Amino acid sequence: MVATSPLATPDWDYAPAPESADVVSIAPRYGLFIGGEFVPPAAGEYFATLNPATEQPLAEVAQAGEPDVDRAVAAARAAYGGPWGATPGRDRAKYLYRVARVIQERAREFAVLESLDNGKPIRESRDVDIPLAAAHFFYYAGWADKLAHAGFGPDPRPLGVAGQVIPWNFPLLMAAWKLAPALAAGNTCVLKPAETTPLTALLLAEVIQEAGLPPGTVNILTGDGATGRALVAHPGVDKVAFTGSTEVGKEIQRALAGTGTRLTLELGGKAANVVFDDAPLDQAVEGIVNGIFFNQGHVCCAGSRLLVQESVADTVLDRLKRRLGTLRLGDPLDKNTDIGAINSRQQLDKITELSAAGEQEGAERWSPACALPDRGYWFPPTVFSGVSQAHRIAQEEIFGPVLSVLTFRTPEEAVAKANNTPYGLSAGIWTEKGSRIFWMAQRLRAGVIWANTYNRFDPASPFGGYQESGFGREGGRHGLAGYLDA
Amino acid sequence: MPDRRAPRAKPEKSSATKSSRKAPSPRSGGERPASDAARRPPAAGGDTRLAVRKTYKLFIGGAFPRSESGRSFPVTAPDGTLLAHAALASRKDARDAVVAARKAFGGWSGATAYNRGQVLYRVAEMLEGRAGQFTDEVLVAERNNGRESAARDVAAAVDRWVWYAGWPDKVAQIAGGANPVAGPYFNLSVPEPTGVVAVLAPPAAGLLGLVSVLAPVIATGNTAVLLASGPAVLAAVSLAEVLATSDVPGGVVNVLTGRFAELAPVLAAHQDVNAIDLTGTEPADRAALERLAAGNVKRVFAAGPGRVAEDWAADPGLRRLLAFLETKTVWHPVGT
Repeated sequence: MVATSPLATPDWDYAPAPESADVVSIAPRYGLFIGGEFVPPAAGEYFATLNPATEQPLAEVAQAGEPDVDRAVAAARAAYGGPWGATPGRDRAKYLYRVARVIQERAREFAVLESLDNGKPIRESRDVDIPLAAAHFFYYAGWADKLAHAGFGPDPRPLGVAGQVIPWNFPLLMAAWKLAPALAAGNTCVLKPAETTPLTALLLAEVIQEAGLPPGTVNILTGDGATGRALVAHPGVDKVAFTGSTEVGKEIQRALAGTGTRLTLELGGKAANVVFDDAPLDQAVEGIVNGIFFNQGHVCCAGSRLLVQESVADTVLDRLKRRLGTLRLGDPLDKNTDIGAINSRQQLDKITELSAAGEQEGAERWSPACALPDRGYWFPPTVFSGVSQAHRIAQEEIFGPVLSVLTFRTPEEAVAKANNTPYGLSAGIWTEKGSRIFWMAQRLRAGVIWANTYNRFDPASPFGGYQESGFGREGGRHGLAGYLDA
Repeated sequence: MPDRRAPRAKPEKSSATKSSRKAPSPRSGGERPASDAARRPPAAGGDTRLAVRKTYKLFIGGAFPRSESGRSFPVTAPDGTLLAHAALASRKDARDAVVAARKAFGGWSGATAYNRGQVLYRVAEMLEGRAGQFTDEVLVAERNNGRESAARDVAAAVDRWVWYAGWPDKVAQIAGGANPVAGPYFNLSVPEPTGVVAVLAPPAAGLLGLVSVLAPVIATGNTAVLLASGPAVLAAVSLAEVLATSDVPGGVVNVLTGRFAELAPVLAAHQDVNAIDLTGTEPADRAALERLAAGNVKRVFAAGPGRVAEDWAADPGLRRLLAFLETKTVWHPVGT
């Protein structure tokens, strides 16, 4: 992207600094990981997973059908009643520590594969996704033999077979969020990665093989929405954990009605990022950028509504635009890339449609001068100002690099506007005043609140939403609750 | 014993759930609310004094309105004796109750934990003072296990309020805490109330059942819309009278008396209800209610086919207390 502001340095450019794609070997075709080995799908159907930056196919993966779901659940059940169920917490811990260590050892492979399959910049997969995934396994490994001290009674029991469906925005990290606590608690798992990003989950399957977990403890089924539906509704599943859209979350909650199957939902969001006039503005601008343009805005907790105090609104917007002019969009494998590719054609269409609605409803649209690559799915960083609360771009989750800017005058107004949403996943507060941070934090109806920072994650920190952003928590001691019969 | 003259009504097994039955008119002469006597010592010295009977109304926003629909339904003792005509809450009453609960949420959830604890303790105090009245009511309306058993139930209900009165200022310490994140942040998780909770109260578990489902909801700062049905309705209204004189702010608890079949779906589908407790429902009815609850991703307690019947006298544990809480995690920067 070329800087347009006169304040930016116009002449310098970065030399390409691509990470080598050769560090990871991708098989032409992958089967399903069931009972500890890769097996072909019953119906013999496969589909291609694309590199969204080039639209080139990376590999073919299996489309799991109902017989495959049956088989995977049966394998998980057998492992639960068999070797995994008989594995003491001390040894479950050791297995999970092994997984964490192998992810660390093979981090570079994972990072490249993640960026290839997902489109996210290598800087993010290398520095955020993969290290956090390893950290998650490491954290929960330590819980496996300490469950009696976790506050869920003296002898909390696992639930059985967990059916887990994860999204495409943080493929490996979401797999870690699901598998690590479930396994630590003693459950067995059937995991379905997203249709468009199955490859790191399949590499994780290899790691799990390598770590020597008993066959059937973890099963990984690739496929589309039909596979997910079959898995969550399977009568052999005792626990369903889903991360994805609120729409699908509601569908799952309906499908499980009356069954007594335990459910955790981590759904959409429309987070407010609130900037007060006393905030450190340069730091806040970095936080705004990180809040909405991290991972191309494909983040359920993205700070997609910027609420900025009126007295500094113009300043913040100017500095934000200047900063956006320096973001580099392009090859996800280039280490200097800030903004990668949109994950899929379907998602690009949705972002395009909602952004068009923003214009139609009267908001002012701005993007930096930004050349998009000819091939692949791309969307420039986009800022809408003059947004009203009734606009679709202020209400609906866009899940892309699109920021809606609203203003407020008083802290009370900021709270009212921030809470004016059916979601409640996250929020940001920018102010130098510590007491105001907590005043705001008490009033914002959201599950995760970042003060003078944004989009921080840690395995020890519970994550999850209020209201239509779902229920249950992942991470920390709280993350065990969803996998224990407490 | 002036009220012994009231004739018995025809035996009715579960008046509240038979939506199609004809409600006898309160003014039709033949049937009158029976026996207040059991709730009041007989007049001394053989004097006869005509009892003053109570009107059983709804409790919404701190007031005691009749149903806006003007409807009522007869509540009878197990032996068929007509006890009272309770207000038959309508869908509109249910929506009004939700509005009142939402309005009260900010104040109640924002009150200090110490304050909420004292209010709950005050409920115990008020209930203790009216233990005799409740014992009589339980005795007449619900079971015939004898006065001692009824008195035990009421005492246990008082004790349950006392137990929960101690929780508001402790729950954050057992359900929250500091999280050791790898970075310069003070990371803190705190439990917060979910919001407005609809409670479908157990119809036949007496005052103790009502208190056991209601107290944990409001102890943690939620506001409640409690729907009572069946034999529990009179105790529910009397409990509302206790709450109204116990410093519980108006709207924190709203009590509806009526039919589950009519009102449970309204509460389950309501977009401004954050959670629902299905304890009082039949397992067969839960699937439909849970489907409605998914419309705004409600938290559902007692979902599914149901566990073994709850022993209300047993130690309640933490399940209900922790069920209507959200975990909020705050990342506060550390720096100079």
